[in-house]
Amino acid sequence: MKFSENWLRELVDIKADRAALAHALTMAGLEVEELVPLGEGLDGVVVAEIVGAEKHPQADRLQVCKVDAGRGEPLQIVCGAPNARVGIKVPLATVGANLPGGIHIKAARLRGVESFGMLCSAKELGIDADASGLLELPADAPVGQPLATYLGLPDASIELKLTPNRPDCLGLYGLAHDVAALFGSRVKTGEQPAAPVTGTARRGIRLEAGKDAPRYLGRIVEGIDPAARTPLWLAERLRRSGLRPISAVVDVTNYVMLELGQPMHAFDNDRLEGDVVVRHARAGEALKLLDGSEATLDEGFVLIADDSKPLAVAGVMGGHDSRVTDATRNIFLEAAHFAPAAIMGRARKLGLHTDASHRFERGVDPALPRRALERATELLLAIAGGKAGPVLVAENPADLPQPAPVTLRRARLRRVLGVKVADAEVARIFTALGMQVAPQTGGWQVTAPSSRFDIEREEDLIEEVARIFGYDNIPTATPAGALALAAEPEARIGALALREQLAARGFHEAVNLSFVSVELLAQWGLGGHGVPLANPLSADLAVMRPSLLPGLVEALRHNRARQQERVRLFEVARVFEAGDPPVETPSLAIVACGAARAEQWGEPARALDFFDLKGELDALIAWGGEPQRWSLHADGLPGWLHPGRGARVARDGVTAGWFGALHPQLAKALDLGPDAHVLELALEPLLARRLPQAQAVPRYPSVRRDIAVEVPEQVAWSQIGQVVRSTLGGVLKELRLFDRYSGKGIESGRKSLAMGLILQDASRTLTDEDADRCVREAVAALETTCMARLRG
Amino acid sequence: MDDLDSRASQALADIENAASLDALETLRVGLLGKSGIVTAALKALGALAPDERKARGAEVNRVKERLVDALAVRKAALEQAELDRRLASETLDITLPGRDGERGGIHPITRALERIAGIFARLGYQRADGPEIEDDWHNFEALNFPPHHPARAMHDTFYFGDGRLLRTHTSPVQVRSMAGRQPPIRVIAPGKVYRSDSDQTHSPMFHQIEGLLVDETSSFADLKGTLAEFIRAFFERDFEMRFRPSYFPFTEPSAEVDIRWETKDGGSRWLEVLGCGMVHPNVLKNCGIDPERYTGFAFGLGVERFAMLRYGVSDLRAFFENDLRFLKQFA
Repeated sequence: MKFSENWLRELVDIKADRAALAHALTMAGLEVEELVPLGEGLDGVVVAEIVGAEKHPQADRLQVCKVDAGRGEPLQIVCGAPNARVGIKVPLATVGANLPGGIHIKAARLRGVESFGMLCSAKELGIDADASGLLELPADAPVGQPLATYLGLPDASIELKLTPNRPDCLGLYGLAHDVAALFGSRVKTGEQPAAPVTGTARRGIRLEAGKDAPRYLGRIVEGIDPAARTPLWLAERLRRSGLRPISAVVDVTNYVMLELGQPMHAFDNDRLEGDVVVRHARAGEALKLLDGSEATLDEGFVLIADDSKPLAVAGVMGGHDSRVTDATRNIFLEAAHFAPAAIMGRARKLGLHTDASHRFERGVDPALPRRALERATELLLAIAGGKAGPVLVAENPADLPQPAPVTLRRARLRRVLGVKVADAEVARIFTALGMQVAPQTGGWQVTAPSSRFDIEREEDLIEEVARIFGYDNIPTATPAGALALAAEPEARIGALALREQLAARGFHEAVNLSFVSVELLAQWGLGGHGVPLANPLSADLAVMRPSLLPGLVEALRHNRARQQERVRLFEVARVFEAGDPPVETPSLAIVACGAARAEQWGEPARALDFFDLKGELDALIAWGGEPQRWSLHADGLPGWLHPGRGARVARDGVTAGWFGALHPQLAKALDLGPDAHVLELALEPLLARRLPQAQAVPRYPSVRRDIAVEVPEQVAWSQIGQVVRSTLGGVLKELRLFDRYSGKGIESGRKSLAMGLILQDASRTLTDEDADRCVREAVAALETTCMARLRG
Repeated sequence: MDDLDSRASQALADIENAASLDALETLRVGLLGKSGIVTAALKALGALAPDERKARGAEVNRVKERLVDALAVRKAALEQAELDRRLASETLDITLPGRDGERGGIHPITRALERIAGIFARLGYQRADGPEIEDDWHNFEALNFPPHHPARAMHDTFYFGDGRLLRTHTSPVQVRSMAGRQPPIRVIAPGKVYRSDSDQTHSPMFHQIEGLLVDETSSFADLKGTLAEFIRAFFERDFEMRFRPSYFPFTEPSAEVDIRWETKDGGSRWLEVLGCGMVHPNVLKNCGIDPERYTGFAFGLGVERFAMLRYGVSDLRAFFENDLRFLKQFA
């Protein structure tokens, strides 16, 4: 809601300057979003008339004008504006004036001709953006009058960011009432006098939309002057309220809407046939609208029609064919009440948002149509003449919203706000807001005016008291009340601690948007996964991601393209799959590329490999304290992993995720090398942690025996470990692989594995013989199951 | 006798000049060893008369003591010199870079989010969350947004075509936290939210934190006190603060909270940082809580805004670009 400050001040006494007014509005919940001062610095600018104009002898585009500024002798002024011509009235900045743009007016010589002032455009005066030519003033503008006086300047254009519960402030009339309550002053608008009825034309009105349209007022005004021009004062007010003047009739209806908050419409009466009918649209019924668009309606829409055709979409927009044109002499004025529920969502459905729909879907005072109709008639007759016919009224009073009394309990008011507001203050606030208030036992009974659609229950009244009392006047307190201590399970690692751990290991946390493109998913072989949006912002942001990796790898590439060779990123967020309900899995993803360690002077550089990433996984798993519940599997890999350098990770046999090198084809497509490694795991299994249960420290020393065996290349280390463990049982405390070798000295197709066996018994010190026996047994088992040979 | 004295003098000079521990040891053997001169002098005592032997014996022992002392002093000096030499040879350039010292970092959004959630956790608020793909009931209806209500238009919503949508705020977690539970309730719910709006100051995905307190005595004054404390705790300083009336369908009275923020040019302006209000009785009712017996307050804030203010980030989009040159500033 944008309005002219001067206009508001004309409707209500405000004993405060502009800044104080703006502050008071904001602090009353009518937030001032923008405040633009208009017409500052117009001292020395007067209304003048061009009484002579000749071409400049030295310049084609300049004219030498004689200008009457009401000071006797006309002034000579050189002017370059294309519309400068004899007979028009324009603003003249006289010598000595300082214009808003910083222009100081001096007597000057332009191309050899003297000039005593400047004729101005609206932009040069800071009152509008129009810089196309001189601001042409009406012919009746009094020559010599200060322009500021003539235009009602200075003024300010104030824009309020109104919340949806305050449609009453979508007109200056309603706003004035709230301002009056804030400042303890009075609204100056009196009763609207009825316009003299000099015409007799009437038209039947039939209400057929029930509760959706319970009141419809119309009036025919015949014989208006189609060439009538909107007076400057009215056009200026529209402009300062953010509307462009269009034509006298349209400007009058817009003016009344701004002033009272009642949207109106004017039809060309000669285009109407028979009665005006307010009814629901029929499915598929179509209408060409004012903006030229074709609206196809359904039964949910209320339609203004005549006996043969639709005329307008009620509460949204008028029709094209019945619009007022510059040939219209007879008009049918409409001011109606439509129920908010009947209009809500309708404009949106047509892809529209209009000043009318904005107001009607929030609620327009049902008492306004008559006042608005009379006000519009008054203005129209004054501007365009014509004969007003009788006011035509169709209404179903039973279907009009009836303000119901609402009870406010004194104790409840105090409890919700946490402060005692004096009874007299409460009564004053309600009265000032135009509400009827009756004291009753323990509180008040309050009836809101018909303009307030937001007063239905006790809390609504509490809010009004708080708002006018002032939120600043409510004290601050500390909540008392029972405190239930939040349980924090120890057998669970916090998601923040997990992030800290990854940060400590050199990874940076990334946050990507949850949306990815269909193309990116297809590239990763994840087409069909994720959850597609019905109304994405763009094709790039079309699907809720089924994996964090495509986005995170894009982030890695972003950094690679910016001279970051070694990138280590992680992200913790949810991944999505379709379902009923859709499945959201909090997940952890890691991506890394470049050298295994940060560039270093003491050791040769090495590219990151599978085992670096496995080390990260091991560190994460170790934290949970139950590594034995985790296992790695070479099968069941997703397509984006290298089939020989990837692993499926399971906890208690249930797949938790995957990690490894990117598939070379994908890596190539993404312009990445074999050093690009990724990991993605469901978060929950990672966060599970064992609650420690202490065991006695072993009393007897451990013994270590190292062995090296040669086995075929395809024998996995995990197989060897399993054989040794199952052979030796509890006496084997630890098995450490400390060397792996193949090549010279080892038969081709075989490899040597050197391992340390840490042996310990809980009940006694192991002897050398015990240890040797263990080694023999282990080697024997490896020989039979793994085709192992003991090396020297 | 004079012979021993003169040889001892010579020996003391030799000890003083011994250049190495090995040379010193050779000297020691020559003096105190089996065939050393002191040993010989002691052996020679036996041939003397008893009265002469006593005087001579004391004489020899004095010489011996002087030699032993001199050897010890020289040995210590030589050992120290040797240690000094070794230490000098082992000295490193301690300014060479260390190994594996680099750190990663937590994203500034996480950092701000955890800081905020942590402050409320200390006040007894329990962490809660709900799905990001929500249904209409939890995101709108239960929060007192009727269908087609203009307040919905303020939420540019992403839909899935099956009635589900991406939550437009963390407020649905209020509903989920209250359902099937009775007060006292203190809940803090951080998470991702979505609105179909994207420009310099809007990201289609961003982070909110919702707070909720419901019990028998909570009031608007408590809400004001709680949020004032929170702002002070988060920024570690006091701010001029104002609560101004606003509108959210799920709270009444509702307020927006502004803080007075100093701008770089030395001025200051009001900056909106929070929305809040008393939980609307309809919402309590929708969650099975008796609004006559209980009152509550709720608040919601944008994490990005707090992170921007706290860490001096001026461009919202930087949060989602994941540029290491940006992220490393938060390590």
